[in-house]
Amino acid sequence: MAATKPIPTLRGEEKVYFEEAKNGRLVYQLCRDCAQRIFYPRTVCTNCMSENLEYVASAGKGTIYSFTTLHVPGHPEFADDVPYTVVLVDLEEGVRVLADLVDCDPDDVKVGMSVEVLFEAVTEDFTVPRFRPSAQ
Amino acid sequence: MSIRDTVAIVGAAESDVWESQGRSPIGLMAQAIKRALDDAGLRKDDVDGLFTASSYYHMPALNLSEYLKIFPRYVDSTTIGGCSFVSHIQHAAAAIQAGLCEVAVIAYGSTQRSDRGKLVSMAEWLPYEEPYGLQHPISSFGMIAHRHMAEYGTTSEQLAEIAVSARQWAMKNPKAPYPRPLTVEDVVSSRMVSSPLHKFDCCLVTDGGGAMVITSVDRAKDLNSKPIYVLGAGEAANHRNILGMDDLTTTEAVSSSQRAYAMAGVGPADFDTVHVYDAFTISALIQLEDLGFCKKGEGGSFVENGRIAPGGELPVNTNGGGLSYCHPGMLSMFLLLEAVAQLRDEAGERQIPDAQLSLVHGMGGALAGHATAVLSNRRG
Ligand SMILES: [Zn+2]
Repeated sequence: MAATKPIPTLRGEEKVYFEEAKNGRLVYQLCRDCAQRIFYPRTVCTNCMSENLEYVASAGKGTIYSFTTLHVPGHPEFADDVPYTVVLVDLEEGVRVLADLVDCDPDDVKVGMSVEVLFEAVTEDFTVPRFRPSAQ
Repeated sequence: MSIRDTVAIVGAAESDVWESQGRSPIGLMAQAIKRALDDAGLRKDDVDGLFTASSYYHMPALNLSEYLKIFPRYVDSTTIGGCSFVSHIQHAAAAIQAGLCEVAVIAYGSTQRSDRGKLVSMAEWLPYEEPYGLQHPISSFGMIAHRHMAEYGTTSEQLAEIAVSARQWAMKNPKAPYPRPLTVEDVVSSRMVSSPLHKFDCCLVTDGGGAMVITSVDRAKDLNSKPIYVLGAGEAANHRNILGMDDLTTTEAVSSSQRAYAMAGVGPADFDTVHVYDAFTISALIQLEDLGFCKKGEGGSFVENGRIAPGGELPVNTNGGGLSYCHPGMLSMFLLLEAVAQLRDEAGERQIPDAQLSLVHGMGGALAGHATAVLSNRRG
C-alpha cells in the first residue's frame, strides 16, 4: 500500500479552484474587462492586469496537447500506480490544464486525442479533476 | 552602452567531480574558488563581487561569505535554474562596468550523487500540478519530447544520437566516468522512465562544483592567465511550471541567443565550439534549433550521422556534457568551464584546433529560464 497522495497547501485563488472541483466544476477565469481567458486562476488578468475576473465552469472537453507516461513513480505515493499518464489538455474554451489520464491503456494515448473531465475525491476535503477518453 | 568586450574570465576551475570525497556542497564551491583564484593569480582578499546559486542553500551568497570569510561589496544569487551561472556572467559584467565591483567570483557546488535519494529540494510545487505524480524535471521533458515528435516527426532514435555523440566526446575526456561507447540501440532499449524518455536520454547524476573569476579587460592585462573575453550575453524567461509553457517546442532560447549574437556581432555559423544544456537529449535538440543551428523541427535529422560528435561539423559539448561527463544539478558552470578550456587550448585529446569563438547556452527548469554567453580568446 503506497503512502497517501500529496495534498497541496492551498492559498487564495488556489482554494477557490479546488473548492469548485469538489463541486464538480472545472473552472477557469474570464476577464470582464478584456475577455482574456485565464488558467490557472490569478489575482490579476494575464493580459490587462485587471482584478475584475470571474470564475467560469468549463464543459470539461478538450484534446491532449501532450503527455508523458511514468514508468517510474514520481513519488513513493504513486508506486502502486505505474505506469500512469499525465496529460496537458487544451480545453475547448481555449485554456490549458494539467491532470492525469485514466481508463486508457498507456499505449493508446496520442497527442490530439479527445478527452473529458471527471472528478475524484482524494480525501473527504480534496477533489482533483482527471481526464478520460471522450465517450463518443 | 553594452557589456560587449568589457570583461574577461581570468580564472576557471572545476572542483573534484563525480563523488565528493567527504566534502559538502559549499566545500566543493570553496575548493573550486581556491583553484580558480590560483589560476588567475589572485587572492581571496581581491574578491569584491560574489555570485552563486544553489539547490542546497536558501541564501547561498551569505553561506559562501561566511564559509570563506569573503566580504563582497557586490552580491548576487540570482537563481533561474541550471543556467544561473551564465546569467551571472552578464550580471557580473554589468556590475564591473558600473564600478560596483572589480573582481567577481561565480561559484557552484553540489553533492547530488553522494546524496542520492536524500536530497530535499527547496523547489515549490504548483498546486495545479502537485496532485498528479509528475517526476521533476523528466516528466516535463517527456511532454516536451512527445509534442516535438507529434509536430515534427522526431524519433527516439534521433534523440538517442545526441546521447551517443556525447559519449563519444566523453571517451576523449579522461575525467569522464564511462569509458565504453554507447549505441542508439543501447539508448532506446534502456529503461523507460517518463515516456518517451529512457534512462540514457537523461543526464548523469554526479557531484561537482566549479568557479570562475571575472574582471575588467584592463585588469586582465595585469594577470598571468590567458583571458577569455565576454563578447555577448543575453537572458530571457517566460514560465516556471510546465503548465505555464504555452509552446512546448519553441523556447526563449531564441530571444536570449539573439540578444547575445547582436551584442557580439556574430551568428550561429561563426562558432568553433558549442555548449548547450543537455540535461536530456530533447533539451539539447530544442536548444540547437532555437539557437539557430537548424530550422525549427529539423533538430532530429540535424543530429544524425555524427554531426555533433567528434569529427562532425559542429562540435557540441566536447567534454561529454551532462549526458556523459558531469551533471551535479546545475550544469551551466560545466558548459562555461569547457568553453574556457577549448578557448585556452587546454582541452587535451578533445581540443578543437584553433578554437576562437564559443557559444554557451543554458536553460533553467524545463526550458523556462535562458542565458547565453558568447566567449572568445580574442578581443571583440
Ligand atoms: Zn484583462
